[in-house]
Amino acid sequence: MEAESSASGAAGAAAASAPGEGSTVVPLEVVYCGVCSLPPEYCEFGATVKKCTDWLAGNHPSLHQKLYSSEALESKMGTMTLEAQQKAEKDLAKKQQKEELRQEREAAKKKSSVITIKRVERTKRKYVTVVSGIEAFELVYKTVAKEFGKKFACGSSVTKSAAGTEEITVQGDLSDEILEELVEKYGIEEDNIRQVEESKKKGGSGAG
Amino acid sequence: MFKKPVSSSGKTKIKSSVQRNIRQKICEQFPLLESVIDDVLPKKAQLDLIKAPEKVSLYALDNQVLFFQHHNDAIMPHLRIVHKYPQCFPTVQVDRGAIRFILGGAQLMCPGLTSPGAKLPPPEGNLPEGTVVAINAEGKEHACMIGVLKMSTEDIKKLNKGNGVENCHYLGDGLWQMDSE
Repeated sequence: MEAESSASGAAGAAAASAPGEGSTVVPLEVVYCGVCSLPPEYCEFGATVKKCTDWLAGNHPSLHQKLYSSEALESKMGTMTLEAQQKAEKDLAKKQQKEELRQEREAAKKKSSVITIKRVERTKRKYVTVVSGIEAFELVYKTVAKEFGKKFACGSSVTKSAAGTEEITVQGDLSDEILEELVEKYGIEEDNIRQVEESKKKGGSGAG
Repeated sequence: MFKKPVSSSGKTKIKSSVQRNIRQKICEQFPLLESVIDDVLPKKAQLDLIKAPEKVSLYALDNQVLFFQHHNDAIMPHLRIVHKYPQCFPTVQVDRGAIRFILGGAQLMCPGLTSPGAKLPPPEGNLPEGTVVAINAEGKEHACMIGVLKMSTEDIKKLNKGNGVENCHYLGDGLWQMDSE
């Protein structure tokens, strides 16, 4: 660190004329699109152009002005042949349509998917609560399990169900609390959550 | 390399001696970066190693990937670093027509590097085969791809055919998505 600062201090006086040398390189701050995460100038190649432009206009109006003014649009098209342009546009339109469809599908899927909160009996009066299906709402099992453990001060872990899918097992009868937590903290509609109680296996107790 | 989303299998802390080695290697590979290496990779910082499939290692600091490396090949910077310090990396430019293919993950073909909109270094600044380069695009400010030269830039000019740069990391690929989450 010391070496660096002294070097830049010495060079600072002289380096004004040689910007490319890198003796006083300052990191550039780059704005990234909030929709597609690329630098805004590449948004036009993505599938969510419209949303990206709106986002940029709302969040960085000056940059939006620079990138999407009519002159900028014109100069951009300058070097490509007409044929190539048309082809590119066609491709892009196709891609956009696909993306829109995909999003629609995803939204529909989200609406129809359900989180299950299951109360399972351990012993006569002890229960564990099993939560499954949260992946459809873009939640990660591991982190949510940790959060539950912290919130309810109990054991909470990710386990594999018999079907091979993941689920969260929370120790204790917490189904109502978890329902509330899911609605409040993770913003999931109550209609999408189902509470189930696992019935005791009939005849299973006799074997032990 | 990162066409699919990266599925990492946990991260481990890197030994400080190994970290010193990595640092030195980066400096050797990108001499221009040496002046800012303390900002990119502070000496005291604890780097994390994230192992990705197919022998790819990601070097991350505070959950942000800074560099990546395939097996024992050259270390390559994440695009975010290139965006921050564009002048520290050797750069070539492609024409506008090639951008959409790059963002789709295609290999970079020579004609895209030699057409009027593109820029290659002059003969005296010839970059040899195997150099890690940042790829800029015509009319754009920021780099859109990191690649390895498949032939020297002079050969690209001469042959003007075939695969010029191997696409290792591009905007919007698995590695990029991983970080923006």
